[in-house]
Amino acid sequence: MKTPKFLLPVATAGVLALTLSACGGGGGGTTGGGAGGGDAANGLDGRGPITYVQGKDNSNVVRPLIEKWNAAHPNEKVTFKEQTDQADQQHDDIVQHFQAKDPGYDVVDVDVVWTAEFAAKGWLQPLKDKMAFDTSAMLKPTVDAASYKGTLYAAPQTSDGALLYYRKDLVPTPPKTWDEMMGMCSIAKQNNMGCYGGQFSKYEGLTVNASEAINSAGGAVLDPDGKPSLNTAEAKTGLENLAKAYADGNIPKEGITFQEEQSRQAFQSGKLLFLRNWPYVYNLATTEGSSAVKDKLGIAPIPGKDGPGASTLGGHSMAVSVYSKNKATALDFLKFMTSEETEKFYATQGSLAPVLGSLYTDAALVKKLPYLPVLKTSIENAVPRPVSPFYPAVTKAIQENAYSAIKGEKPVDTALSDMQKSIESAGSGS
Amino acid sequence: MATEVGPTPVKAPASGGAPIHHGPKGVGEDNKILSQGKWASWLLAPTIIALAVVIVYPIISAIVMSFQKDAGLDPATGLFTAGGPAGVQNYVNWLAQQCSAPAGGTVACPPGTLGAQFWSATATTFFFTVVTVTFETVLGFWMAMIMARTFKGRSMVRAAVLVPWAIPTAVTAKLWFFIFAFEGIANKLFNTSILWTGSEWPAKWAVVIADVWKTTPFMALLILAGLQMIPAEVYEAAKVDGASAWQRFRLITLPLVKPALMVAILFRTLDALRMFDLPYILTGGANNTTTLSILVINQIRQGFNAAAALSTITFIIIFLVAFIFVRFLGANVVEQSGATGKGKK
Repeated sequence: MKTPKFLLPVATAGVLALTLSACGGGGGGTTGGGAGGGDAANGLDGRGPITYVQGKDNSNVVRPLIEKWNAAHPNEKVTFKEQTDQADQQHDDIVQHFQAKDPGYDVVDVDVVWTAEFAAKGWLQPLKDKMAFDTSAMLKPTVDAASYKGTLYAAPQTSDGALLYYRKDLVPTPPKTWDEMMGMCSIAKQNNMGCYGGQFSKYEGLTVNASEAINSAGGAVLDPDGKPSLNTAEAKTGLENLAKAYADGNIPKEGITFQEEQSRQAFQSGKLLFLRNWPYVYNLATTEGSSAVKDKLGIAPIPGKDGPGASTLGGHSMAVSVYSKNKATALDFLKFMTSEETEKFYATQGSLAPVLGSLYTDAALVKKLPYLPVLKTSIENAVPRPVSPFYPAVTKAIQENAYSAIKGEKPVDTALSDMQKSIESAGSGS
Repeated sequence: MATEVGPTPVKAPASGGAPIHHGPKGVGEDNKILSQGKWASWLLAPTIIALAVVIVYPIISAIVMSFQKDAGLDPATGLFTAGGPAGVQNYVNWLAQQCSAPAGGTVACPPGTLGAQFWSATATTFFFTVVTVTFETVLGFWMAMIMARTFKGRSMVRAAVLVPWAIPTAVTAKLWFFIFAFEGIANKLFNTSILWTGSEWPAKWAVVIADVWKTTPFMALLILAGLQMIPAEVYEAAKVDGASAWQRFRLITLPLVKPALMVAILFRTLDALRMFDLPYILTGGANNTTTLSILVINQIRQGFNAAAALSTITFIIIFLVAFIFVRFLGANVVEQSGATGKGKK
């Protein structure tokens, strides 16, 4: 009787702790690293049905395209696997399937920031030799973002870049440089409104804004070899620009809680003079009934050191899985999904920025999306977010330290050297 | 046979004792029970196998993984290579907040790495646990006392109280995210301009408030169940003896409701120790609101094996807390009826 009495609490505690904490455990086993070499040589001539994996098709762009493809290719039909609309979940879903070497994920849609990680894991088919893919008509930054160590691993599909929205009723000519813009903040003060808004809450958007500030000042988060290069005067100027603007009140104090939507709402209700945001704001701010800036909205490239700033590149690319059995079909599908006609359809149907330079001056498209010429400047000057297979660690390091620096809890120098050390530590593996 | 087996497993818990307890029965009965035991294990097997597949296997696999190094990058090819065995290095790294250094070996984790957040995340987790469970117990007790009384519309109140508990946590978190936005209703209502999610203490309190709002009803209902076990005659007798309201509460209600209360507190504590979705959505873990579970999820994206070590550490912490509760504080989850019996003795 004595033993069970003592054991009971142990057993109970154990069962409770197990059931309550069991959800934490990780996914599959370890990655097979360079194993991609063998798989990459298989199925190059394979033709047959394939599956296309992409996040939620919000504006019904993908389905009509796939229907069109299937009608023309009855023996190589494409099945659409739709993921959630959360980027993190899409990422984890792809990781799980690739780790299981799932041949059912033939073509996947990858966010520009995942390319390096997936390529380094050996999961993406290099687009060369038999799988060569022509990118000559595409904007260079979008091609860079789809490459890793000089090899193209994905076909640029859609792009995105930052725009500076401004109040043309208050600012006659938009600022070309950051200093010019800060100089105009007196106009905001006279009108009793905030001056500049971006996305400074601690999340992915802060990585975008902080690396934009650093790139626009002439610095870089990572050098071309993928090593951090943050202990430079340029990087310091970049981050200091944001920290100083926040300390001065040029970025309103609620700015550190802004994500895309909050900053858009602040601008749209007339509380901001300048706003850095993505092109999606344009349609909402010009058409939404509650918008106070409908006819007062101006767009310009984001300001830099002495000319247009270096926007952070967004967008998606399409990659072929090394485990696919029908790679020839997959490559044809890639070409179909990035053709001029399809790219036009992305723009008109889904307001997604094309990757083909020629479309930005297409009269019919510009009429529908008047921001295209400005966006072209933005994307041409864009710098991909740090291309690193350790991107999740890099973005955490940037967020953590840039947040402290902007709030003034940490000197900019310390924040940058901590960022540098954190990225170095991530890159050195374990 | 089956009809004979049937009643025994049902009867056993009801009589409050283990099956060993079958009392004065003949030897033939014993044999019968033995074969019944065999039957029982066959009947239980599917459940045990299912549990083994969904609980035991992932846990063992996570523990095995936690002794492996995470994949590193081969500088020549730019491809990941498998890390190999790591011994207890993953655990040491977390506990001592050590990160791998560029030149090899380890250094103290620089701020901005997940490794640097281990102890602060542990402290945050315990802070949330202690504060939320305290508030929830006190408020829950109060709500249960009110609901235990007989008044018109009592069932309405009971149903209404459950509403916050019925809402999924992710929805609650988003709800409070809007309430605590700078232009949100919290600031408008009190005419303040607090950056609720923009600095450490407001952010922590925002999480506490949202969690208390959501889970107090759960406490209240568990305590209410305990309160209703107390027979009304006990109170009447005490009243006749001239006991004051406070004396009745302290000397009757508290001791008699204690078993139910301890179980409620135990459940909430273990629940709070693994808090994830609320802070993850409300604050994104910014401003020192990162809990251990959030840290595990963030680490999964950077390396499964270190994440497995961290989730094992989290498991051990929760296990220890649960053990202390069950062993020393007398939270008796299994022998519910037996415990009250002992209390009366």
